[in-house]
Amino acid sequence: MDAATITSWMREIDAVMRVERDHLVQLDAAIGDGDHGINMVRGFEAVVQAIDADSTLPPGKLLILSGRTLVSTVGGASGPLWGSALRSGGRVLGDQASFAGPQLVDVLAAALASVKDLGTASVGDKTMVDALEPAVDTLRARLESGASVDDALDAAADAAEDGMRSTIPLQARKGRASYLGERSVGHQDPGATSTALIIRALQKAVTAEA
Amino acid sequence: MAVETNLMRKFLNAPADVVKESLAGLAAAHPDLLRYDAAAQILVRKGAPKRGKVALISGGGSGHEPLHGGFVGVGMLDAACPGEVFTSPVPGQMLAATKAVDGGAGVVHIVKNYTGDVLNFKLAAEDAADEGIKVTSVVIDDDVAVQDSLYTAGRRGVGATVLAEKIAGAAAETGADLTKVTDTVKRVNERARSFGVALSSCVPPASGKAIFDLPEGQIELGIGIHGEPGRRRAPLGTANEVVDVIVEAVVSDLKPKKGSKVLAFVNGMGGTPLLELYLLYGEVDKKLRAAGVEPVRNLVGSYITSLEMAGASLTVLELDEELIRYWDAPVHTPALRWGV
Repeated sequence: MDAATITSWMREIDAVMRVERDHLVQLDAAIGDGDHGINMVRGFEAVVQAIDADSTLPPGKLLILSGRTLVSTVGGASGPLWGSALRSGGRVLGDQASFAGPQLVDVLAAALASVKDLGTASVGDKTMVDALEPAVDTLRARLESGASVDDALDAAADAAEDGMRSTIPLQARKGRASYLGERSVGHQDPGATSTALIIRALQKAVTAEA
Repeated sequence: MAVETNLMRKFLNAPADVVKESLAGLAAAHPDLLRYDAAAQILVRKGAPKRGKVALISGGGSGHEPLHGGFVGVGMLDAACPGEVFTSPVPGQMLAATKAVDGGAGVVHIVKNYTGDVLNFKLAAEDAADEGIKVTSVVIDDDVAVQDSLYTAGRRGVGATVLAEKIAGAAAETGADLTKVTDTVKRVNERARSFGVALSSCVPPASGKAIFDLPEGQIELGIGIHGEPGRRRAPLGTANEVVDVIVEAVVSDLKPKKGSKVLAFVNGMGGTPLLELYLLYGEVDKKLRAAGVEPVRNLVGSYITSLEMAGASLTVLELDEELIRYWDAPVHTPALRWGV
């Protein structure tokens, strides 16, 4: 995996956010303020533009550029959270031109750590952490037990989607949905949903390279 | 680009441009008070920075007008950072605003307690500190509808934000230092409590759809300022009954001392006329007196709104002589003006 992997990951995210925009808006309208899809589209559109303008960067620097772009264009909570996640992930790779499975785990683990640190959220709070943490854990476990990167990522994306669905019965304890108290129960978390989309986009980007 | 839907009854050119075009209009209407920096998407008080004066900045999602841009001017904010509708601004806006207004005495960031606002202001404050600017941040969290516990993001910042901007703005205008101005914002936040109700949702321009549907005859209790549902839904009673619920929620949490002087702020959410807001104020005034406190100051009108939501909120601030003096001090902004 290399810079092209990151570029196609960001393009995949941009494409899927456009398709899922209204669905994310709908989910957010139920327990938030209905702008999540709009914000994610605005952010990743800007990320793709930024990457196109600076396509010679190594993968780590591309992630940092993507994160910085999200922070400066999205606003809301998802801007700083995904922005910091990608920047932290990018720092793991430094200036190297390519990376393998174990380092991808380190990238995603760093991203998860920064989300949890900045958002002070844990699994079960009905946030993006409910999708991201199982994805990272699954990716690590599968690779350690000898799976290929493609298979491990597929399982990680499945785990993120399971985590996304696991938010439905939860009562939100972080973010805007927490203001609803018990009324947040029964709704799928929009942040966990876009996170599952982002992990699935990574799986597609990596698998397409083979 | 044509507006794609006529379901929205809004005056728009293109939904994506609504914030920028509104800010340009505000600046065109009040060139004597402020200027609009379109590149940075910030509103800056005319004549800023003022040498030696502590500067106040606030910001947040748009859709709450006149908050915050309508409060930029003499005796209140030095700059406002408006985000997209109901979306917090980005750190670059706060940093640009901080640099534009820093007169060497430091800058206070007034932040409403929403995860997005808190995170983006935090990043901006770190950047400003890196550039050698003294910045303090105060998070406003006055909404009693949300339980403040480990299990929520904490109470939302609502009506007390307006009062803090006015009162701390007066402190800064009269030469108070950074510590004093910061403490004044904190004091207002600690002594103010709010509770809001809604009779309708609202329609964000970008999605063009109401955030929720409220059947006729129902009221949402414990709403915030983003068109979201409240803590619970109930049958709509008379204004008298609704105010009972609101005053009880606010007073039981604030626990003011008997005989306290208070400021009562009856705020419209954007779609409720003054006819009804004054009716509500009449009820609030009576019930506060019955609860043993004296409303010696008030503010009635739509100052922190949720687009066209029909609804109202009450903020009660327990006053002391200094807070009264700051409240009465001259203010000249697009939305609040007295004493000048």
